[in-house]
Amino acid sequence: MAEIAAKPPQNFEILIQPSRGWLNIPWAEIWEYRDLLLVLVQRDFISRYKQTILGPLWHLLQPVITAAVFVVVFGGIAGIPTDGIPKLLFYLCGLLGWSYFSQNITNGGATFINNAHLFGKVYFPRLIVPISVIVSNLIAFALQLIPFVICLIFYKFFTHQGGSIAFTWRLLLAPLPLLHVAVLSFGVSLWMSASTAKYRDLIHLNQYIIQIWMFATPIFYPLSQVSKKLTWAIWANPLSVPIESFRICLLGHGTLGASEIVISVATSILLTATGLIAFQRVERTVVDSV
Amino acid sequence: MKPVVEVENLSKLYRLGAIGASSLRETVERVFGKKKQVAPAQFTKDKPIADDRRGPEPNSFWALKDVSFSIQPGEVVGILGRNGAGKSTLLKILSRITEPTSGRATLRGRVVSLLEVGTGFHPELTGRENIFLNGAIMGMKRTEIAAKFDEIVEFAEVGKFLDTPVKRYSSGMYVRLAFAVAAHLEPEILLIDEVLAVGDAGFQKKCLGKMDEVATKHGRTVFFVSHNMGAVRSLCEHAILFEGGRLVMTGNPGDVISRYLSATSPQDSDVEGQIIWNGKDAPTSHDLKLRSIRLLNGLGVPQTTFESDKPITVEVEYEVLERIRGARFCLLLLTQEGEVAFSATDHMFQQETQNPGVYKTACLLPGGLLNRRQYIVHLQCDIPGERYVLPAAEYLSFTVSGIGNQSSTFPEPWPGVVCPRVSWKVEELKS
Repeated sequence: MAEIAAKPPQNFEILIQPSRGWLNIPWAEIWEYRDLLLVLVQRDFISRYKQTILGPLWHLLQPVITAAVFVVVFGGIAGIPTDGIPKLLFYLCGLLGWSYFSQNITNGGATFINNAHLFGKVYFPRLIVPISVIVSNLIAFALQLIPFVICLIFYKFFTHQGGSIAFTWRLLLAPLPLLHVAVLSFGVSLWMSASTAKYRDLIHLNQYIIQIWMFATPIFYPLSQVSKKLTWAIWANPLSVPIESFRICLLGHGTLGASEIVISVATSILLTATGLIAFQRVERTVVDSV
Repeated sequence: MKPVVEVENLSKLYRLGAIGASSLRETVERVFGKKKQVAPAQFTKDKPIADDRRGPEPNSFWALKDVSFSIQPGEVVGILGRNGAGKSTLLKILSRITEPTSGRATLRGRVVSLLEVGTGFHPELTGRENIFLNGAIMGMKRTEIAAKFDEIVEFAEVGKFLDTPVKRYSSGMYVRLAFAVAAHLEPEILLIDEVLAVGDAGFQKKCLGKMDEVATKHGRTVFFVSHNMGAVRSLCEHAILFEGGRLVMTGNPGDVISRYLSATSPQDSDVEGQIIWNGKDAPTSHDLKLRSIRLLNGLGVPQTTFESDKPITVEVEYEVLERIRGARFCLLLLTQEGEVAFSATDHMFQQETQNPGVYKTACLLPGGLLNRRQYIVHLQCDIPGERYVLPAAEYLSFTVSGIGNQSSTFPEPWPGVVCPRVSWKVEELKS
């Protein structure tokens, strides 16, 4: 048989012992397993649409359907104004960040439970799984951009409402709120994964957390519509800043102060750092219990 | 040469009962000190934890305790022990699935465990896609997999179905593909747990051959956990025996096997001559689960010593969990040396489909058949030519005493694995 496989380095050694310390992320090892990351992303993407007729087209349809429902319910029945921005466009913009966030925490928030079978059989850096979720949903995000961009161009250039949309230099900053959502949702899914592995009750709770979170985020209402007494509640939610930032960057509309940005970014980083610690604590012996 | 595996004082403590995954309420109660005294947890087969395995806290026990050994490159090591002796825990620690509680292990090389083949296979993906997925999960680079791809496909004999989702594969094809990926990983250390329990006989042979090749030709180290003494005997150069979480013996396979088999048996049940499972530790697969095995005398009473002229009934009670077709039980009686005395099967009576429910199959061994010695009951369940339902395993042993047997007239051991009642006719011939 031909010896094609790359030989591991001569002094390749794995030391197995009870781990100590709060946080030691095997970055080098995660990098070693980058091919696994790609394969997992591919698996998630392919398996989700196997045997569906529309396939990945669902990514394009989902935000459109949700936004259409919003137009009827929040725009029509509840009559919540959207700061002069066309309603469909306003909702689609809010949903960009929200869909990415909610999909990340739905798919990545039960890492240990969903992969119990796999984790019980084979070793690889467990963090690969939540990371792969963040990456594979990025593809969904990119597809979701398509209907948004079509709508944006349509409203800007083909309707009289075009004047309410301002393209500014901030358009170039749009990747920043996306990065922010990625980091925040990564932290939240780490926390959720760690806590659901220990307490199954929380699986049910998480569904409500996601629902409440949506209402607490300015997705289908502009901040200008929030009463002064309640503004703190919106800013206490670290997701509000990136969602509002998307609107500022893409539509040129929104209100955001420096202190809010700083607090939100700091909260997100803190959540992710503590999430990593929690995830690693659970990871060590989770197989013994799930 | 440095040993490829060095294990020093490895121990693993498990907590019983609500292991870790407790409900929120329990934690809240514990935190606020309202937790009631928990009833002592039950260990396997409803036995209390043996004294020497009890951990520091109530409801905890040592699955592994102070295990030390080292293995040289290229050795094939058989790991023996009863269910719950610590074999699987050892493999789980060595494959880094779980952490030890104390002690350490040093591995010099890449480790691949086949704790169960097909790990991470996704039913919706095709055979081709799953080869890459499975390989990557096992730690292979994409380029490595691509380089071995044709070899893997050829070994697995699934060429035609490469672009079919694996959920449409027969279980035999599934296992072949899974083993093929694993066998081509070329790790320095390969951990195998009962992997050969699946697949048909021909493929099993191929797997054993591959294992041998991996070890001898490529100088890899193989850990092999099995209840199949024949395979351990023929493949391994060394064997390690675990009892109650401790390593009790290392040595050449022959010696370790006879020690294992002499220790195997009735001590695990309250009544000698039967094993009754009522917990989750029963030998099981997705479609069939054993409930009990009994060795009964003519009156239907379980025992372990039989007179040679009296019949013995081997009775197996099992539960069919999912509709199954054409499954058969095979009974092998082995001697302590591991020789097969004879084998028998209920195949003729099991042609029909069995719906979920509880079944009993019984084999009557007539009196005047067995020799004056100890026999080991070896049992397996399979669907001929397709797959194993339950892996082959040794379960009970019994002794045949010489009373009423032709060999009993003589004090010395009577040769032969069996001693059937034959008729003699002695006459004087007229010359």
